[in-house]
Amino acid sequence: MDVREKLAILADAAKYDASCASSGSKSTRAGSKIGSTEGMGICHSYTPDGRCISLLKILLTNYCIYDCQYCVNRISSDTPRARFTVDEVVSLTIEFYKRNYIEGLFLSSGIIQTSDYTMEQLISVAKKLRTDEHYGGYIHLKTIPNASQALIQEAGLWADRLSVNIELPTEGDLQKLAPEKKKPQIVDAMQGIRQKIDETKDDQNAGLHPPNFAPAGQSTQMIVGATDTPDVEILKTASQLYDGQNLRRVYYSAYSPIPHADARLPGQSPPLVREHRLYQADWLMRFYGFDASEIVAEADQNLSLDIDPKLAWALANRHFFPVDVNRASREELLRIPGIGARSVKRILGIRRHKHLRSEDLKKLRVAWNRAKYFVLTADHNPQLANLDKADLRKRAQPKPTQLMLFDTRQSALTGEV
Amino acid sequence: MRFVKVQTFDQWRTEARRLLLSDVPPEQVAWMADDEQLSLFDSHGDAELPVTQAAFTVPKAFLELAKIIACHRIGTRWSLLYRTLWRLMHGERHLLQITTDQDVDALMSMRKAVTRDVHKMKAFVRFRKVIDSDGREVYVAWHRPDHRIVRLAAPFFSRRFSGMNWSILTPDESVTWDQTSLQYGPGVPVSDAPDDDALEELWKTYYASIFNPARVKVDTMKREMPVRHWPTLPETSLIADLLHTAPERVAAMVDQNEGFAETAMHYMPERIDLESLRAAVVDCQACDLHQHATQPVFGEGPPDARIVLVGEQPGDREDLDGRPFVGPAGKLLDEALSQAGIRRGDVYLTNVVKHFKFTEPPTSRGKRRLHQKPNAREVFACRPWLEAELMLIQPIAILCLGATPSQALFGRDFQVSKHRGEIRATDWCDRTMATWHPAAILRMPDQHRRTEMQQQLVADLTRIHPTRPPT
Repeated sequence: MDVREKLAILADAAKYDASCASSGSKSTRAGSKIGSTEGMGICHSYTPDGRCISLLKILLTNYCIYDCQYCVNRISSDTPRARFTVDEVVSLTIEFYKRNYIEGLFLSSGIIQTSDYTMEQLISVAKKLRTDEHYGGYIHLKTIPNASQALIQEAGLWADRLSVNIELPTEGDLQKLAPEKKKPQIVDAMQGIRQKIDETKDDQNAGLHPPNFAPAGQSTQMIVGATDTPDVEILKTASQLYDGQNLRRVYYSAYSPIPHADARLPGQSPPLVREHRLYQADWLMRFYGFDASEIVAEADQNLSLDIDPKLAWALANRHFFPVDVNRASREELLRIPGIGARSVKRILGIRRHKHLRSEDLKKLRVAWNRAKYFVLTADHNPQLANLDKADLRKRAQPKPTQLMLFDTRQSALTGEV
Repeated sequence: MRFVKVQTFDQWRTEARRLLLSDVPPEQVAWMADDEQLSLFDSHGDAELPVTQAAFTVPKAFLELAKIIACHRIGTRWSLLYRTLWRLMHGERHLLQITTDQDVDALMSMRKAVTRDVHKMKAFVRFRKVIDSDGREVYVAWHRPDHRIVRLAAPFFSRRFSGMNWSILTPDESVTWDQTSLQYGPGVPVSDAPDDDALEELWKTYYASIFNPARVKVDTMKREMPVRHWPTLPETSLIADLLHTAPERVAAMVDQNEGFAETAMHYMPERIDLESLRAAVVDCQACDLHQHATQPVFGEGPPDARIVLVGEQPGDREDLDGRPFVGPAGKLLDEALSQAGIRRGDVYLTNVVKHFKFTEPPTSRGKRRLHQKPNAREVFACRPWLEAELMLIQPIAILCLGATPSQALFGRDFQVSKHRGEIRATDWCDRTMATWHPAAILRMPDQHRRTEMQQQLVADLTRIHPTRPPT
């Protein structure tokens, strides 16, 4: 099998990984000749599925001894298999990078022989890139479940970002669909990475020059829709990970119809809108001061699909409104539906010099259709009269066709609500 | 009215400063943009009048903004900048913060257009490798930016590709990096761009393979990767074809959704005890093995057994008799048990997989059913029976015979050859051990090794057996 055939198989197998981020490493590694990381990642291309190509996202191999039911590479799937050599991955990465096709490498793998053996292979790719090729571009290594802590620590020396997949929102879901993966082991691995990142930072703050350790932090991925776990549980798990493990990102991946999927999984992919709503809710937790437990207002513990979570919260908490855009605190402004974090920053800047009227908000390009029911402005806002009406939800809701325009990948990037 | 002609940011700054010092209001200045210039920051207007020391200071944020706006192609940029500068100097010091102001809003939109264009240049430049006349590798790209941004973007490329010789050609201006410094030159038509790079086939392969046909979002793609950039992006030649074949690829993905039956959980009796389980397993169709096997073979032994021995699956004899470990391997196990001083009747014997899996290759001696290793799917489907047995018996010790039961209880990456005889805790029992399967001993061709394995089996039985203190 030549490299091209392998690439076709091993890129295809990696396309279910949601993460495409290549940002977070603020400065390029010393001594690099090819490659840089300057904070913001770049999307070098877009595929017709609307997703960006930032990284060369491949598996080292899709042979796997595990049997996780949601995964196309599980041992019991008859998907075609291939395996790259370490040198093949190094060469592909460098050649793609030199032509400016990519921002870096996202390397994951099925488990061959043992977890530790597989992890060692991933490490040697990253190490070769750094030491032999003087490569300073982005590297994201996905750690192998049950690999030893010592190997994960070594991976952190060469990679910009490490990720440990939480895979499924609850321990029960894991037992059902991925019995070989255990929540405590997953959390231990994250904990180990977190400690090392913290130590490295402490050393840096103390004026020492410790070796790099995963300067772009760690992230994780959770598959949603493979079990009937409600959104509130998903968000609680995410919140615990953000707080407890200091994760940079939790990626939500809607379970999509993969070839040869297990009949125990729901046959149809849940609407991508759900994935979009989860990203919006995730953003509310991280940048808007919302708590996981208050975001889901619905009785069935799932986020509304027809309206965004911030609007849903506002409808359920009308006593909080109207908010006076000329007087309210930043925290209060952030809770207004249709006004994003960037607009809030601008409002705070402008109102030091002038009073904001409805027209000004429209010029700031806030989503006035939603915001207008909830804000007090310097002029008269007649829409405020609808705040306590029973049909407010219907009025504030965007037209159903608009939902189709949402792109979940975009929301993974911006999460603006 | 004054007519002022400028080409570059530096020229504009000089002129603007002079006009401002002479108190000329923006309405009285007509800025003539000459957009045929080659470069933006060259201040070759040395003939201009020397400017007196500035008697005012301009907010730094404005200067930074103006440098970016100067790269915009729109002809009104110079007048907009001067008007904004005038207002900043005439009582509206905080103007730039009033983003709702019409001029500020226009400047912000222009800045966004330019910075986005710079970003897209960083993203969409595609180098092709060529060998120059000196035999050196040079990477050359031709790119068409919307605005005059080569000098805004070039430093980025020099940092990123510092160890490479490269050139970026655009219709306005070109830039070359020789691993030491950036050199700017005139614009170059697309016909001067290198035409091919063998590596593009691999890149296109990657592009086609990472595309998920199940989610087509052409509008998003076009918004982020505008069609005007497509001619210089090799991968975009595939888009039409990828979209065309997407529906059939999705249909194929759904068709292949083979969906085997669920696990044995589906066949569990309401009452969970060994007798009910034994009765229920007869109906189990959680995997396909029931189709060819004679009958399922459930575990056997006292419900309060202190030790459970777990094998892989029933063999030919077991399948016919309906009892575990009654064939040749069972005979060997019996011997080992007795050598270890354990009575077979005190032990609970069972298998991970309850049905016999075999092939029937035609041989010279007629048809013979040959044992076949169960795959992970079958193990997974059958596993709830074993888990129910272990839960009911709650043994003090479990001995796994061979790789299949060991991996079922210790995890998929467990290797019997490495960890045989080690006592470990598992979810089912604090004392769980793996050892050879008696059938593996029988198959061992080397007589010496066979004897050794047999002795190890006896030793492991002796050590794990709970009536004896661990050695």
